[in-house]
Amino acid sequence: MLEPLKGFFRGSRGGAQGGGSNSPSNSAKPLFGRGGAAVLSTRSSRGLEEFFTQIRDTSGLTILDLGGATQKNVSFITDLGHRLYSEDFLRILTETFGVDDTVDQSNPGRIEYFLKQTLDYPEGHFDGVLMWDVLEYLNPVLLNAVVERLHKIVRPKAYMLAFFQADDKVDAAPVLTFRIEQVNSLEVVQQGLRRPAQLFNNRSLEKLFGRFESVKFFLTRERLREVIIKV
Amino acid sequence: MSSMPPARFEPENRGGAATIGKAVKVVGQIFSREDLYVDGDVEGTIEALEHKLTVGPNGTVQATVKAREVVALGSIKGNVEATDKIEIRKDAKLTGDIRTARIIIEDGAYFKGSIDIVKPEPAKGAPKAQPAQAAAPAPVAASAPEIKR
Repeated sequence: MLEPLKGFFRGSRGGAQGGGSNSPSNSAKPLFGRGGAAVLSTRSSRGLEEFFTQIRDTSGLTILDLGGATQKNVSFITDLGHRLYSEDFLRILTETFGVDDTVDQSNPGRIEYFLKQTLDYPEGHFDGVLMWDVLEYLNPVLLNAVVERLHKIVRPKAYMLAFFQADDKVDAAPVLTFRIEQVNSLEVVQQGLRRPAQLFNNRSLEKLFGRFESVKFFLTRERLREVIIKV
Repeated sequence: MSSMPPARFEPENRGGAATIGKAVKVVGQIFSREDLYVDGDVEGTIEALEHKLTVGPNGTVQATVKAREVVALGSIKGNVEATDKIEIRKDAKLTGDIRTARIIIEDGAYFKGSIDIVKPEPAKGAPKAQPAQAAAPAPVAASAPEIKR
């Protein structure tokens, strides 16, 4: 069962509430980093490596990070000479639809409001998007609207990175903050638990991103499916 | 500029910075030639080009901000340009586009907008590196910033 997440979204996703037994990695050790956040693990990420392979040889790109601003991600992206846009996607999702998604995520007015708050950018504005795991918390109607908007605001041939639970029987997934350590490794901080709105397999992800040029999967040991989407 | 009630300046409380207290609202343009601490409400523009602007935990700024250094503990809505650095502290909220040389974001801070890191331009007329034997005492600044209150 999900435990209530009262007060969970008071801060950004950078402000973890502490560790727990829901580590994404069996080898994870609870450590305490800056701001008292529980650092669960550092893990390698082939999806991230693939993403950076596409953007690190060019400077001056415009990158969107939907995971909220963290020092490490800001420093890493801007040190590569890119311009970073930051959106705290899950925080706005909660503000718009409630902690337990009490407001219907298929309400057209709410969806329009949510898109205005999070993805109101010109066509072809971004050269890359770090979505992390945020899409898991959207119901099908909202998810399709978000993916459609992303397709519009990201320029053709650009890349997007997304993570999804690989376990299709999970009731509640740890909400994670991903901090870039290197081009191929991430520091992962747990933020609590939240019920994914839907679970995906490769087939459903291919269908979801059907309008994009290609979808590439990396299955990790942590039962996380990393996906690179080429626009 | 209008204020309600009239601003009280307590420079001694903030290490010499002029202060806009938490019961003060300012609508208009602020040009500061000294460090500025805003713990009240400001709407308009703030320019402290060679100085530090601190928005205190009670501060609410809806303004275009230009300063040498910006420290946010409260809320800023508007574009922020800081030639030296910007710090967004825990529980602070900044919505707007940032241009700065350095940025520090604490866990728990909220930021929405874009970040442009711009390398500081070398000061005009800055002396070029000299050989060791030619090293002379560093030139003294022409004058300390004039502070008017």
